Amino acid sequence: MRYSALSILLNGLTGNRGWRAAWRDPQPKAHYDVVIVGGGGHGLATAYYLAREFGIANVAVLEKNYVGSGNVGRNTTIIRSNYLLPGNNPFYELSMKLWEGLERDFNFNAMVSQRGVLNLYHSDAQRDAYTRRGNAMRLHAVDAELLDQAAVREMLPFLDFDNARFPIQGGLLQRRGGTVRHDAVAWGYARGADSRGVDIIQNCEVTAIRRENGRVTGVETTRGFIGCGKLALAAAGNSSQVAAMADLRLPIESHVLQAFVSEGLKPFIDCVVTFGAGHFYVSQSDKGGLVFGGDLDGYNSYAQRGNLATVEHVAEAGKAMIPALSRVRVLRSWGGIMDMSMDGSPIIDRTHLDNLYLNAGWCYGGFKATPASGYCFAHLIARDQAQETARAFRLDRFERGFLIDEKGMGAQPNLH
Amino acid sequence: MASLISCPHCGVRPKEEFAIKGAVLSRPAPDAGHQAWTEYVYLRDNPRGIHREYWHHTSGCRRWLVVTRDTASHEVELCLDAAAAKLAGVRP
Repeated sequence: MRYSALSILLNGLTGNRGWRAAWRDPQPKAHYDVVIVGGGGHGLATAYYLAREFGIANVAVLEKNYVGSGNVGRNTTIIRSNYLLPGNNPFYELSMKLWEGLERDFNFNAMVSQRGVLNLYHSDAQRDAYTRRGNAMRLHAVDAELLDQAAVREMLPFLDFDNARFPIQGGLLQRRGGTVRHDAVAWGYARGADSRGVDIIQNCEVTAIRRENGRVTGVETTRGFIGCGKLALAAAGNSSQVAAMADLRLPIESHVLQAFVSEGLKPFIDCVVTFGAGHFYVSQSDKGGLVFGGDLDGYNSYAQRGNLATVEHVAEAGKAMIPALSRVRVLRSWGGIMDMSMDGSPIIDRTHLDNLYLNAGWCYGGFKATPASGYCFAHLIARDQAQETARAFRLDRFERGFLIDEKGMGAQPNLH
Repeated sequence: MASLISCPHCGVRPKEEFAIKGAVLSRPAPDAGHQAWTEYVYLRDNPRGIHREYWHHTSGCRRWLVVTRDTASHEVELCLDAAAAKLAGVRP
C-alpha cells in the first residue's frame, strides 16, 4: 500500500481499518540468492537497494531480535558529511544526498530535518584545523561555513562563550547536516525491501556458517538451515562474533557508547551543536527532549549499558558548553555496542571466502552512513566490485598501511 | 561494570582512577615479520565473555595491572599487578 495524504483521508473516513502491517512475517525459505545477517539499518538498507537498484529480490534479512533493536534505535540521530579525508568524504556526501531524497524514495516519513550541524572551536589551533576541514569539504563539493564568534552568538546566544578555560571562538557549520527519526529509517527500509519481495525474518539468530570448498553454502540458524548463494554480514556490534563463525579475525573491538535524553523542554536548540574541547553533541527532538551523548566508556563491552563515570563526564562537558543544562533532568540513558575499528573507519569489502561479504567497523558513525552503506554494500554484493565512493574501506588496508585515520589516533579503538 | 576495582596495591578504588589500555597481547619479536606484527597491532579476538586487559592505575599507584573481566556482564574476576604476575610466572 502506498502511503499518501489520500490514503490517510480514506482510512480516516473508514475507521482506520484499511491499514496493513508494514512488512510480512514470512517463514524462511530453504534457499536465497543473498542472505544478509543483521536486520539493523545497514542490513535493511542493503536489502532495499539490492532489490530496488540491482534487481536481486530473492533476499532474506536475518535478525536475531526484532528489526531495529540494535544501534539504529540507539543513536543520537545525527546526519552530516563534514569529513576531512578523501577516503571518507565522498562516501558520506553520497549518504547525505541519499538522505535528502530518502523519504520520497521509500515512501515513508523519516522526519529528515536538515537543521545544521555546528562544531564549535575554542582556540586558534582548532580554528585552523576546522578551516582545513571546511576547505577539504568544499573541495569535495560539500557545504561548509566557518563562523566567527559573533555569528555563533546570533545562532545560540546561551552558550558559555566566555568560559575561562574553553572560550568559544566560533564554529564550523554544515547547514545540510541535521537529524533523522532513527526508528523510521529502519521501518522505512524494512517496508521498502519487503514490498519488493525481500523476506525479513526476525527472531532468527545465526549460529554457524556452513562452508564447502572455500565457499559459503548457507547458515545454521535458530530457525533451521538456510542456504544462500551469497552471504552478507552487517551485524555491527557483534561483527567479530559472526565473522569468527567463518574463521575470520577482524581489526575490531566492541565498545559501549551511551546516549541520553532529557525531559521535554520548550524549543531551545534548533540545530545540532558539538563541543570542541571535549566530546559532547546535542540536539533537540521534535518532542522537546534534548538528545545528547559523548565518549565511549573506554572498555570492551557487549552489554548495552554503560558506567556512571561516563555519565558524569558527558554531563560535565555539556555544562561547560551550555550552563543552563545544569537544571535539566535526564529522562533516560542507554548504551549501544559499537564496532570500533582500528583506524576509526568502516569496512565494506569481500573476504577470504568467495561469496562472503563484510560490512562492519562503523565505530559510532554508522547511523549517518546508513543509506550509502546499504547502497555500496548492495553494489559490492551484486557486482563483486566496490562502489566508487567506498573503495577505500578495504579489509586489507590495515596490513597494507592504508589506514583512514580521520581522528589521527592510531590503532587504539577506545580513543576513536 | 563494577564501579569499584580492587587494586592489589591500593585496595578498592573507584573506576575513574584507572586508564584502560586494552587487550593483553604478547608482543612479537622485533624480527617476527609483517604478518605477526599486523596481527599484533590490528587484529583482535574481541571475545564476548572473559577478557584480559591492561589497566593503568593513573590516579593511584601508577602500576600497570592485568584485569580479568567479563565483557557481557562487566563483572571483574581478577586484578593483578602486571609485572608481579609476570615474575610469578602467571600468564602476562
